[in-house]
Amino acid sequence: MLLLAAVLGLSARAQAQDDLLKELETQRPDSLAPTRDITMATFKGTHIINSQSVETPGKGTLLFLIQHRFGTLNSGAYNFFGLDQAVLRLSFEYGLTDRLTLGAGRGNQEKTFDGFVKYRALRQSEGARAMPVSVTLLASSALTTLKFGTPERSMGSRLTYTYQALIARKISSGLSVQLMPTFIHRNFVDSRQDQNDVYAIGGAFRQKLTKRLALTGDYYYVLPGATADSFRNALGVGVDIETGGHVFQLHFTNAQGMIEKFFIPQTRGNFFDGDIYFGFNVSRAFTVKDRR
Amino acid sequence: MNYLLTFAFSLACLLSAQAQGKYSTRAGLVLFFSATPIEDIDARNSQVAAMVDLTTGQVAFTVPMKAFQFKRTLMQEHFNENYVESDKFPRATFAGAVLNYQPPLPTGPQTVQVEGDLTIHGVKRRIKVPGTLELRNGQLLVKAKFIVAPADYNIEIPAIVRANIAKTVEVTVALTADPVAPAQPTK
Repeated sequence: MLLLAAVLGLSARAQAQDDLLKELETQRPDSLAPTRDITMATFKGTHIINSQSVETPGKGTLLFLIQHRFGTLNSGAYNFFGLDQAVLRLSFEYGLTDRLTLGAGRGNQEKTFDGFVKYRALRQSEGARAMPVSVTLLASSALTTLKFGTPERSMGSRLTYTYQALIARKISSGLSVQLMPTFIHRNFVDSRQDQNDVYAIGGAFRQKLTKRLALTGDYYYVLPGATADSFRNALGVGVDIETGGHVFQLHFTNAQGMIEKFFIPQTRGNFFDGDIYFGFNVSRAFTVKDRR
Repeated sequence: MNYLLTFAFSLACLLSAQAQGKYSTRAGLVLFFSATPIEDIDARNSQVAAMVDLTTGQVAFTVPMKAFQFKRTLMQEHFNENYVESDKFPRATFAGAVLNYQPPLPTGPQTVQVEGDLTIHGVKRRIKVPGTLELRNGQLLVKAKFIVAPADYNIEIPAIVRANIAKTVEVTVALTADPVAPAQPTK
């Protein structure tokens, strides 16, 4: 009898404690989802494969990015299936604010320096003032310093400019997609037929397989014209592996270049013919300044 | 005179009843701290909602997980994405009661033991936590400090970062709750 009373008393108490929690949770629906809930980690890295993603390092974070593309897989055993012909790009990206990032890089393909400004114009969010997509604007320029012999080319003719709107949506916690309308202006092109102005549209996705492993892909469709006729669209498929402060991205792509001016209008490889470059991006984040 | 005394007495009763009612806040503070030789991780959350019923000694908390602010962007991202999975489990909650509670709460800081269910990452565990309660200037001050082991809440820490994240995390709770108006109009 006493035991029964004790049990009843206990369960009544447990009931009451949950009641208070319920009261707390129902009392303030306004404050439980009070502010804008900005969607984070649409993509794991600032790059997807070839393409940049809507992500930026965040305020006070310096990102060091190492990118490699080996030679084509179909170049045979003599070249160890491409491992003998690597191209490399090193770059730094620094988040001035959570929205604004400056970046600079150097790749050995055509001895190219590049610099970019990336700005998160809109951020996907839920709650008050919900936003369905993230939009990041990217402006980059590239300068090739390759010697051309005599007569040497002017500085202006070595420059290329790229403008992109990166539009992304994290559809679920596992799946994110991105659309990239692109405009590239090249001050100087190799042949008379080639276009100085190239328009392209890209698409990319990320599907998480586990918490730290994801499948990725990106593709660029160059809008019809002389450039589209003589070059191929860039395709990449890969995986993202995250380990603490590093993100490893391993991929296969038909483009060897790692900046927009190379992989969008100058891709020659035929993916389905085995002109596939194995490559990786490795990034390491350093906190330069605390956020708080 | 007699009438006046009765009035004063009933007023005092009413006031004390008021003072022993429910207290709540929506801006409570919860901090946590993980210390390892490699790095210290700390985060603060100032959007904690809490309610304490001083007539029954019951306590309830709800903690929006995404509101934890870290020093590093990446830590905050990993916390939400990889560890507590805030999309799936947006809130941590606590529902419990002060052990051996006898109203009214005396003046001055009172050391108490609170026992109840702590739910983090969808895992509910019964815990007992020491803390203090104090009525000061019509507000209720609540303080508590306790240890939480991520593994107890199925928060998996991969081998590669195991040296960076402590096995047990120190949690600090500090809040100032205001009395809840007895009859709350419902919208």
